Order: sequence, then C-alpha cells, then structure tokens
Amino acid sequence: MKKELTRQQYLDLYYYMRLNRAVEDMMVKLFRQNKIVGGLYSSLGQEAISVGTAYALEKKDWLAPMIRNIGALLVKGVRPRDVFMQHMAKYDSPTKGKDGTSHFGDLDNLHIVSPISMLGDLIPVMTGVAMAGRYLGQKIVAMTWIGDGGSSTGVFHEGLNFAAVQKAPFVLILENNLWAYSTPVRKQVPLENLADRAKAYGIDSYIVDGNDVVAVYTTAKEAVARARAGEGPILIEAKSFRRMGHAQHDPAEYVPKEMRAYWEARDPIALYEKFLTSEKLLDAKGKKEIEEKINALLEKEREFAENSPMPPPELAETGVYCTGDNCHKIRAKWERPIAEVTPPRSGVEAVWTVPGFGSGKGSGGGHAPIHFGDTQPAETKLAEAGKPAVKVPAKAAPKKTVKAAQASASRKARR
Amino acid sequence: MPGTNGGAPGGTPVTFLEAIKQAMFEEMERDPAVVLLGEDVGVYGGAFKTSEGLLERFGWERVIDTPISESAIIGAACGMSYLGLRPIVEMQFIDFIVCAFNQITNFVAKGHYLWNAPAPMVVRGPSGGGVHGGPFHSANPEMYFVHTPGLKVIYPSTPYDAKGLLKAAVRDNNPVLFFEHKFLYRRIKGEVPAGDYTVPIGKAVVRREGKHLTILSYAAMMQTSLEAAEALAKEGIEAEVIDLRTLLPLDEETILHSVKKTNKCLVVHEDTKTGGIAGEIAAILCEKAFGDLDGPLMRVTSLDTPVPYAPTLEEYFLPNAKKVFSAAKELARY
Repeated sequence: MKKELTRQQYLDLYYYMRLNRAVEDMMVKLFRQNKIVGGLYSSLGQEAISVGTAYALEKKDWLAPMIRNIGALLVKGVRPRDVFMQHMAKYDSPTKGKDGTSHFGDLDNLHIVSPISMLGDLIPVMTGVAMAGRYLGQKIVAMTWIGDGGSSTGVFHEGLNFAAVQKAPFVLILENNLWAYSTPVRKQVPLENLADRAKAYGIDSYIVDGNDVVAVYTTAKEAVARARAGEGPILIEAKSFRRMGHAQHDPAEYVPKEMRAYWEARDPIALYEKFLTSEKLLDAKGKKEIEEKINALLEKEREFAENSPMPPPELAETGVYCTGDNCHKIRAKWERPIAEVTPPRSGVEAVWTVPGFGSGKGSGGGHAPIHFGDTQPAETKLAEAGKPAVKVPAKAAPKKTVKAAQASASRKARR
Repeated sequence: MPGTNGGAPGGTPVTFLEAIKQAMFEEMERDPAVVLLGEDVGVYGGAFKTSEGLLERFGWERVIDTPISESAIIGAACGMSYLGLRPIVEMQFIDFIVCAFNQITNFVAKGHYLWNAPAPMVVRGPSGGGVHGGPFHSANPEMYFVHTPGLKVIYPSTPYDAKGLLKAAVRDNNPVLFFEHKFLYRRIKGEVPAGDYTVPIGKAVVRREGKHLTILSYAAMMQTSLEAAEALAKEGIEAEVIDLRTLLPLDEETILHSVKKTNKCLVVHEDTKTGGIAGEIAAILCEKAFGDLDGPLMRVTSLDTPVPYAPTLEEYFLPNAKKVFSAAKELARY
C-alpha cells in the first residue's frame, strides 16, 4: 500500500470497512436469534471492494448494490437501521417489509437503485441512469457490481455492450470472489482474468486486489473520473474470495480448506490495520474510539429496528401502481439548456456517416458522427461536420493492471 | 418537419400508423424528457416507419438507435425513468418483447410496489397476425403481461384511440405496454382532432349499441366483430359491441353494465384461446353477474397453436367475421 490519500480519507475507509463488518456481524447474531425473516448473505472478506469503490463516488452519483454490497450502501449514506429492518421485514424498513436484504433504493436523495435477484439486470438499468444523467447535463457517474457468476448472464453482455456503444458514464465492478454458490470460477468462465470480458466491448478495464482497500479506492477513483470525463464505461475486476457460504444456510464445504486459510490470512481489515499502524495513521487509542463509536451506533440502530413493528397485513394490497398526482415526484433535473435538445436546435440530418465511406441516405453531408455518445449540442455537431465531439480511439486502450503483484497472488490462490 | 406530423389540420383522417407517429411527435415536442429508443428507430425511422422524421427534428440524444438487445433497451429505459425521463421504447416487432421478459416483469413492473420507484415508460410495437408474418412476427403476447401486476396493457383499434392512448401512456406514471396491431397500420383511417387530447387508460368504449348480446373485443378483432354485428343485425340480432381498449386494468364497469343489459356475452380475441382475456372475463362474469347470464360465455379466438405462415393455415387459425357470426347466432338462441 502506498500513502497517497488524506488522513481523513484513510480513516473513512477504515471506519466504513469496520462498520460494514460490524453491521453484518450483528445480523448474524440476529439471524441466530431467528429475527431475520429470510436468508442472510455475507460479504465477509470483501468489505474493501464495497467500501473502496463506493467511496470513489460523489454524492450526486448513482449506485445500485448487489447482495454483498452493504458496505457500498453505508458509504452512500444508508443508515444501519434500514439494513437491519430490511432483513427483519419491518414496517419502518425502506420497503416496508415488501422485500428484504439489500433490495431497496432511494431515488430522491441518496441516488440508489434497488437490485433484484436476477443477476445482471442492473447493468442496463444503470446504463440508462448514466445516459439520462448525461442527457440532463448532470455529469454523474453510475456504478453497479456483478459477481463472477453474474458475469455469465445474457443481460451482462447486452447491458455492457449497450453502455459501450453509447459511451455511457458507467463503472462496473466485477467482484470475482471465486465462487458462484458452489461452482468455482473455473467452471463458469474459461478466462484467467474476468477483466478480459471488457475486450469484447472495446472498453478499458482494470484488475485490482480486492482485499487492498486503498488499491480498490484509487482504481475506482480513476475509473470514475475517466467515465465522468466521457471516456465511456470501465470495468474493474476486483479479485477476492467469498469467505462464507452463499448464504447462512450454506456451510460451503465444497471450498478447499487451504484456499479458505489462504484468504483468511489476507483479511482486508487486518491488512489495512497493519498499514494504518505502520503509517502512524491509527493507534490503539484511535482504533478503540472507532470501535466504541460503531458499537454505540449499532446498539441504537438495532434497538430501533427491533422495536419497529411488522407491516400490517393489508399493506400487501397497496402500492402496485403509482396513482394520484403526488405519486411520481421525480422530475427531470436539467443542468444544461433545454434548448439544446428541443427543436430547432436539436435538428440533425438523419444519415449515417461511415468513416472512409461518406454518408448514407444520399444526403452528401457528413453531419452525423457515427459515435455520438457525447452531450455536445446538436449545433456543435453540425458545425464540426463529421468530427466526433469525443475522441474515439481506433482500438481500446490497453488494459491497465493495478497492483499486478498483489493480483497475481490472487491468481495463485485460484489454482 | 414535413407536414405529416404535429399541427396537422383538425379532423383529418389519418392512418393508424400516422396517429402513432403524431402521438410520439407531439409528446416529444411537448416535453424534452420524452425520448425514443429502439432498433432502427432513428436514421431508418423504424421498421414500419412509425418514427420517421423524429431523428431529424429531435436529434441523436432523443432518438436512439440501439443494438439488438431487448433486455438492454428496456433496462436502460427503466434507468432513464428514474431520473425523470419518459422513455418510449420500440420493439421492432412485439414478438421480441419476450426477450426482455425478465426485465419487464421482474424489474420494471415490481419497482413501485417494492421500493416506491415508479417507472414511467412506454414499450410499444407492432403486434398481431393476418399479414402472413409467420410464427415470430405475428404474436399477440399481451396476456403474458396482463398477468403481471404493476404493468398497464393497452391494445387500441382506431387511429383516434391509438393517438390519445399513446399520449396518455407517455404521461402515465407507470410502465405501459402499448400494442399496435400491424394489420391496422395502413388499412384503416380515422379522424384525429387537431389539438392535444388523451384517451383515458382503463376505459372501454361501446362501439355499437345493442340489446340481444354483448360482444367484447379489441384491436384488429374490433373490425371483425363490427362486421359480424352488421350481418347479425340483418337477421334481427342486435349485438352490443364493446372495445376493451385497455386490458390491464380491465374496465369491469362497462363490461358488467352491458352484460347485465343483454344477459349474454361473447368474447372475440385474436390471441390464442387458453389463458386469453376471455377466460378472465368469464371468471369476472361468474363472480359478479352470474344471475344475469342467460347463456354461457362464448369465445371466438385463434387456435391454441403458434401462428402458422401459409395464408391458408393462418386464415384457418385466425377468427373471422363468419366465425363470430356463427357463435353469436348460437348464443342468441339461448
């Protein structure tokens, strides 16, 4: 680990990783007390990924978590009580008990899109979020996560391909935790590095050690900045390991003991504590303060969650449709002149321009750049006939390997 | 924009297809949050030319040619709606909507119920048979979606309704599936007023008054049903013909009002028989108008087979006015 963040940033990353783990530890207790209604999924050992990636986003940015991204939700500003109540199916939970786990969102304030259990669906949805943000001139980035398993779905391909042709400001974190339920990655994907999937879409990718929170953060930060600058979507493969089973019911006996031991010795929080201590960013006193702060917070949050009632049965029948004038509160928030996208300024010539071949439709003009994934006003496009407003490289930039040495340690473990 | 769109003089008869185009044009003109995405909707103007001219007027950012990726198109539209846009998605043929079945039924439809996330978006496209499109370009997949709480499903039969309902769909705060029977695209014309108007979603309409029996239908089968009603009238049987227009939510009030008057009900739909809307209507009548029925609910539908290609086969497969006439006569005898 290299020292390049501010002291506060280092400590924030530590706080959120500890909070992530403490929230999940508390939920394991609640699960054992039969207070969790359904399944409980763990991100033990993967906290650096959720925290490091989400911490790279700005407040206005959008994220959509997966089941093991409680940490990302906490970083984005979700209260632990909401996570507890979701799992406990409580009336005060964000979904009022209609769904559980991390399946909730917040369109108005936190800019979180809810996941569903069907893997990969969030990729096109967040592509749409990114496209809409660009269209409205908001300069946002959309981020979501997918696992090694989920990267085999059809919608992963459809979504990432669409994001790529649109050059959408979108960052996809591919969390390679080596196991999709009981199936090892080798039986899912014939690739050494899942980041190679990016080649199929002509987009840039990174490989990062998912147990090194600083590496995850700095990589994500760079990817987010590039996506925001209009370079198109970026894929980050974060290599890690799923320390628990698929969910609480699964003892994961299919995982070799040596493999588990290897990764347990690389616990992301323990590694980070060692770094913080050696860099004199954290001492025993500071650590104790953080622990006490988290314990006090979670005790309060747990109490609130436990005291929340179950939803009234009749609630089941409500809310299928958005009805009434006050239901749909989301309004397009324009941060660019509307005149740019309304006639007559929005007018263009409907032709395809193919480099080296001129234009289709017999217009003789070269007005429609074949890559139009920018938010340049139409007039500018007309003025710069044939020149894409965003520079499009002839081929995808070479894949950048961050912390290659650490990443190769991950690969070694997979053999 | 050439005079075919917006600002067309009032009361002009236009084709069904032109009505759709006008609705999209006017909604995009009215609200910059309205965007269109789909396969070949831009430069080409759509496989049936329903979006011709939209790219020229509204530009690349609002008329988006997409890859052949129905799940991605629907998913992206849903994401766009979360930021306040009102996307219209075109399925090149509605048959392909099933490629995005999961995205629609699990993601889009459940969002408001589960996490208070309405997805105001319209998925529209050409549907239905009778044009020898074969088994993959003739489908009526409406009932897959009528079975999905959270969606609205519209299937109009006239240019006036098509325009007014499509505008209503764009302004609705829920995901709306809008089926356009391609047999009607260029075969029928109807008057469309000059000014802005909408047709309410969820309201059926009586197309022909009658007292002997009620015929419920929608889309292209409205023509067939009205044709049969003409023939029935010549034999002294006055059929009340109702256009359902919206299948979800279904206008039970109009249906029950008519059936309580005529005491007999025939449902005609081009969709296949098993699991078609006729079965649902039969159940509603049993629950709410059992005592009013003087005869069994009857139905004239397509066969329970895929849509066959050869004209002889397809004609055999589809309902027609003769089949409706025979069934209605049989029902009238009760």
